[in-house]
Amino acid sequence: MFSNPDLLKFVFGRLTLDAIPYHEPILVVTFIGVVIGAIAVLGLITYFKFWGPLWNDWICSVDHKKIGIMYVILAVIMLLRGFSDAILMRIQQAIAFNGSEGYLPPHHYDQVFTAHGVIMIFFVAMPFVTGLMNFVVPLQIGARDVSFPFLNNFSFWMTTAGAIIIMLSLFIGEFAQTGWLAYPPLSGAAYSPGVGVDYYIWGLQVAGVGTTLSGINLIATIVKMRAPGMTFMKMPVFTWTALCTNVLIVASFPILTATLALLSLDRYAGTNFFTNDLGGNPMMYINLIWIWGHPEVYILVLPAFGIFSEVVATFSGKRLFGYASMVYATCVIMILSYIVWLHHFFTMGSGASVNSFFGITTMIISIPTGAKIFNWLFTMYRGRIRYEVPMLWTVGFMVTFVIGGMTGVMLAVPPADFVLHNSLFLIAHFHNVIIGGVLFGMFAGVNYWFPKAFGFKLDPFWGKLSFWFWQIGFWFAFMPLYVLGLMGVTRRMSQFEDPSLQIWFIIAAFGVGLIALGIVAFLIQIAVSFMKREELRDDSGDPWDGRTLEWSTASPPPDYNFAFTPVVHDHDSWYDMKNRGYARPLEGFRPIHMPKNTGTGAILSAISVALAFGLIWYMWWLVVVSFVGLLVVAIGHTFNYRRDFHIPAEEVTATEGKRTALLAEQV
Amino acid sequence: MSDQTIDTAEKPEFYLTEDHHPENSTNLGFWLYLMSDCLIFAVLFATHGVLGRNYAAGPSPADLFDLPIVALNTSMLLFSSITYGFAMLQMERNAKAETLFWLTVTGLFGAAFIGLELYEFIHLIHEGAGPTRSAFLSSFFTLVGTHGLHVTFGIIWLITLMVQVSMHGLVEANRRRLMCLSMFWHFLDVVWIGVFSFVYLLGVLG
Repeated sequence: MFSNPDLLKFVFGRLTLDAIPYHEPILVVTFIGVVIGAIAVLGLITYFKFWGPLWNDWICSVDHKKIGIMYVILAVIMLLRGFSDAILMRIQQAIAFNGSEGYLPPHHYDQVFTAHGVIMIFFVAMPFVTGLMNFVVPLQIGARDVSFPFLNNFSFWMTTAGAIIIMLSLFIGEFAQTGWLAYPPLSGAAYSPGVGVDYYIWGLQVAGVGTTLSGINLIATIVKMRAPGMTFMKMPVFTWTALCTNVLIVASFPILTATLALLSLDRYAGTNFFTNDLGGNPMMYINLIWIWGHPEVYILVLPAFGIFSEVVATFSGKRLFGYASMVYATCVIMILSYIVWLHHFFTMGSGASVNSFFGITTMIISIPTGAKIFNWLFTMYRGRIRYEVPMLWTVGFMVTFVIGGMTGVMLAVPPADFVLHNSLFLIAHFHNVIIGGVLFGMFAGVNYWFPKAFGFKLDPFWGKLSFWFWQIGFWFAFMPLYVLGLMGVTRRMSQFEDPSLQIWFIIAAFGVGLIALGIVAFLIQIAVSFMKREELRDDSGDPWDGRTLEWSTASPPPDYNFAFTPVVHDHDSWYDMKNRGYARPLEGFRPIHMPKNTGTGAILSAISVALAFGLIWYMWWLVVVSFVGLLVVAIGHTFNYRRDFHIPAEEVTATEGKRTALLAEQV
Repeated sequence: MSDQTIDTAEKPEFYLTEDHHPENSTNLGFWLYLMSDCLIFAVLFATHGVLGRNYAAGPSPADLFDLPIVALNTSMLLFSSITYGFAMLQMERNAKAETLFWLTVTGLFGAAFIGLELYEFIHLIHEGAGPTRSAFLSSFFTLVGTHGLHVTFGIIWLITLMVQVSMHGLVEANRRRLMCLSMFWHFLDVVWIGVFSFVYLLGVLG
């Protein structure tokens, strides 16, 4: 019956066997690798009989700590994918000289650089940041969970669904060949008729739902769930930066959603928003996408600033220098980030006055950022600095980020930008701030909070190795790009004419090799730490002599975080408690009210993947079925009124009793 | 190094021995959601502002819009907001049947609004003024259609809530949900006033 072409078209839409890239050896090998890896993981789960716990305790979990950990795992997995793309590009550019076309055909190369950008921003940096905020913020503010625990689970699974949709494009069809922001008219139906841009749109739309909802959730949590006594100016700095970041998320992701929706209307319904004819205006898209895109970079970097603030104060053994100025600087950056978007396209031709306005606002951002750098330096000044791994990342950040910030100010000068626009100088600049700022911050955060999440520290030897490979690799990989950019080399080129440029690309490829070793060292660090976990164990819950509330509870914290809600008197509240003779309560425990786990989030996200797949391949029956499915499951979920339970007082007493025994052994 | 004087003799309370009940976050959370939705409309309004005069040698608002129908349509939505208000007043009085009655009236007004809007859309498309004709019509259909989709989801939500109220009565959870839908419904009303003024009235004025 499948010989009927109409039926085949009805069932599979525009999906045909040609869409499977079995003629591309790189992809076939990757696919085999992925399949072997997947079989190994599934086999291990079955062998250790982990299916039940995986579903009940993780996939269905509404516990902010587990959701935070899952976000970080997602980020690390996607980092491997995004980084493979980076290696592919670096090798291609290092060898495609003297008439050689390299090993990646242009249509493949274009997908690689698009996927690299999309994955690194949306599925590495974002889940990393959201994961750390999810894990840390409720603990820092003395709360038992976030405001809307089910929504949190749903948000995580929607982000994962987005990642799955993007990954599907690797083996079924193709990815966008447009660059990571999919500028029209190139991304319109006329010039990108394939499925690539549709994968891009629906991957980001599905993940965007998760990001926006998680932003709303964390704002509500920080505003409403703080422990008694914790006024806004007594919040830990990381919580402050998380608040500002989530305000930015809620105030900018809807713009991305609407903009991509307009682009998809152009592609699906034939409207004329961003087309060349019938009144469309492609520059409208570019304005809109950057009104989201510029705040986005601060969404990523502000929490990293927060992590550095925590790390610097802890490992210098001092209060953070200039707490209030740090808070104001964060808020000023939050506001300014909305009035600089046009610096991404000074060459649009909006005129001298408009360009000057946006150039000046851009330069002004360096003032609060500079203030932060000085605050960190003054915190270190005359402190008892311990160069543990998180502190190394912090110092590495300060050196690297300052350079990236200065090249950013150079790019903010419109006449200079007319020369540097779209060049490798720009690429070097934003990698300098995103790797040197965001990624270094995430590694600092992972090393810093890992003992809180798992009860043992990460191995410092492999951590230091990872740090040095990253740090040195970064300089080798990106300084040549500054040089090339100043010589006028533009971005996204797959082949070069001028052989004198090749040496710089070879140096950059060498740097990427060093970074690869840094990533490998990080993975080994986790494996080694797991094996040596008894040696690295920390029973105190406070391995670094911390200053904020997350260090006052056990490691890993119990499900309910705090047996009794803490009362806060100072912004370094745990330091204050230790200093003023806080005694851990040993009795009088009460039952604790907790939310129940649910599988609805994971189910909704699975249906969303099906919906997106149907939309991408024009399988309209699948679209209708999964859309109805989404509605039914979502409405069905609202008919469940019993969503919480109490942890009995005896269980709390038993858990806390175990910790009392552990703490007694330590002394 | 520290600006506070630490008195080691004084030992303040460091934890609550009673249960701590943080304020309910639902109202704030739902407001935040509404504001994020508002931004989606902001983008659509801005797009209409930029592209709304790009007729591409096609029809302009003065050629197309039938203001009496739009006025009728607007009144449907405004009435539905008033009747939702009546439902909330009855909810405060704990009168389940009356609440359900006014919710039904609200839903019917909403459905009438959607019906008139669909009639208008079909009429325009038949005249050859569909969303693909020009950037002006693309932005018009998208802005008005997005609002209409919101009202449609509001009606689905309203029916769901009516079922839940009749099943469980005006319990705390249902009151909270009715409050959220109330904010959503009035929010759509406000957005429509923007659509009516900026898209229809200013459009016809040219």
